[in-house]
Amino acid sequence: MRYSALKVIKQGLSGNKGWTPAWREPEPKPEYDVIIIGAGGHGLATAYYLAKEHGITNVAVLEKGWLGSGNIGRNTTIIRSNYILPGNEPFYELSMKLWEGLEQDLNYNAMISQRGILNLCHSDPQRDAFARRGNAMLMAGADAVLLDTDGVRKLCPDLDFENARFPIKGGLWQKRGGTARHDAVAWGYARGADQRGVDIIQNCEVVGLQINNGVCTGVDTTRGKINAKKVAVCVAGSSSRVMSMAGMRLPIESHVLQAFVSEGLKPTIPGVVTFGAGHFYISQSDKGGLVFGGDIDGYNTYAQRGNLPTVEDVCEGGMAIMPNIGRARMLRMWGGVMDMSMDGSPIIDKTDVAGLYFNGGWCYGGFKATPASGWCYAHLLATDKYQETATELRLDRFRRGRMIDEKGVGAQPNLH
Amino acid sequence: MIINHPLLGPRDAAEFVYLGDAALINRPDRSADNAADAFYEYMYLRDNPAGELRELWYHEQGDRSWLVVTRNTLTHEISKVELARDVAMASGRNR
Repeated sequence: MRYSALKVIKQGLSGNKGWTPAWREPEPKPEYDVIIIGAGGHGLATAYYLAKEHGITNVAVLEKGWLGSGNIGRNTTIIRSNYILPGNEPFYELSMKLWEGLEQDLNYNAMISQRGILNLCHSDPQRDAFARRGNAMLMAGADAVLLDTDGVRKLCPDLDFENARFPIKGGLWQKRGGTARHDAVAWGYARGADQRGVDIIQNCEVVGLQINNGVCTGVDTTRGKINAKKVAVCVAGSSSRVMSMAGMRLPIESHVLQAFVSEGLKPTIPGVVTFGAGHFYISQSDKGGLVFGGDIDGYNTYAQRGNLPTVEDVCEGGMAIMPNIGRARMLRMWGGVMDMSMDGSPIIDKTDVAGLYFNGGWCYGGFKATPASGWCYAHLLATDKYQETATELRLDRFRRGRMIDEKGVGAQPNLH
Repeated sequence: MIINHPLLGPRDAAEFVYLGDAALINRPDRSADNAADAFYEYMYLRDNPAGELRELWYHEQGDRSWLVVTRNTLTHEISKVELARDVAMASGRNR
């Protein structure tokens, strides 16, 4: 069913009885051309682009729980392409361009709102670094504006500009950045993939990979054995657990990132504001809730919850730069499990096992990458060649010494 | 999380800095023939288990000792805390 304003009016007048489910609930077939493990944002986007761009529709997306039950439902909804390194920035800008056309492409309201993202800076050297970052963004076709203090004041008059430790000296403003409705992204991709013939199979946990003589020929699941010509792992957060079924150790640790939502308030935060020096970032949802977060907790964990010292640290950061939010009451908090890679950048690659592909290592930045991740992974699965913006996101880059380390902190995942 | 320090007793985990898997104690032999591969695996690859993990914590805001903490990554339950020095010596290192 194609959605439109006319449909909404017609359905409204007829008691909303004519809506049909957005996707089927098929039984698994014995064999597929491609099996994607993980019906999260990236897995569903991969299935969608496989079907739409490459005409490969004999595809199953297997999901242990329910569709979108992982990090696509546990993030802070920010979209942006403000990276600096050549291996990263063109990829994230591809993602930004795909976001911009996503709702029309999917015929689905993903509430994409380009309300802008502002990174605050507090010293001359930091402003120099932001100028360099902004130039790198411009060279990759993204947009960036370096703001002085007055420019920041116009956007966000309520910040603590005279903060003793971190006075605000300016900021890097990406106007095309913003937020999207995270669940709707998963639902929109799921609906689009399903319409093109992809089977989305929920409550179907992969418990083993069938690997014979270095070739992956299918998966064992809680609903039986399913054969496939290609198996695409796409389970960021649980990557090490799934790839250990293939006997692989990954350049990844699992960490928890917490996020918080306040009660609904009248509009006060214009876009996304990041206070990197204080480990704090914030935006305001359309419902009015302040959505904010900070650093990962910093220890290995698979629990989707964190500890209180990080909660305190995030709230202190918020109070330092934005004292006016101090009276807002916190409504909800949650944690998501992140694939923290050894250089802070993701991996989309083949593996040493023929027919087995890997997508993961998204650190705390997977949501914004959802469209490009699906686009590039589908390209790799369909053609066995790297998409032109994803040639550096390789699994063997650590062995070859070609790390993509935005922060320059080395192989210490909890510092990325 | 509360880490029961072998010398100082129960301390808040916020006093510590986290390094990672305690396997990092076992640095490969740099003069071995396979040193390049061994150091690649030592440096970049992790078991990253869901369950019990032995890991290195540094008591930065305390006595600056390195600890080997055995902790469950699914529940955050800590079952054992040792001085990293004792662990290294027990495995045959002389310091």
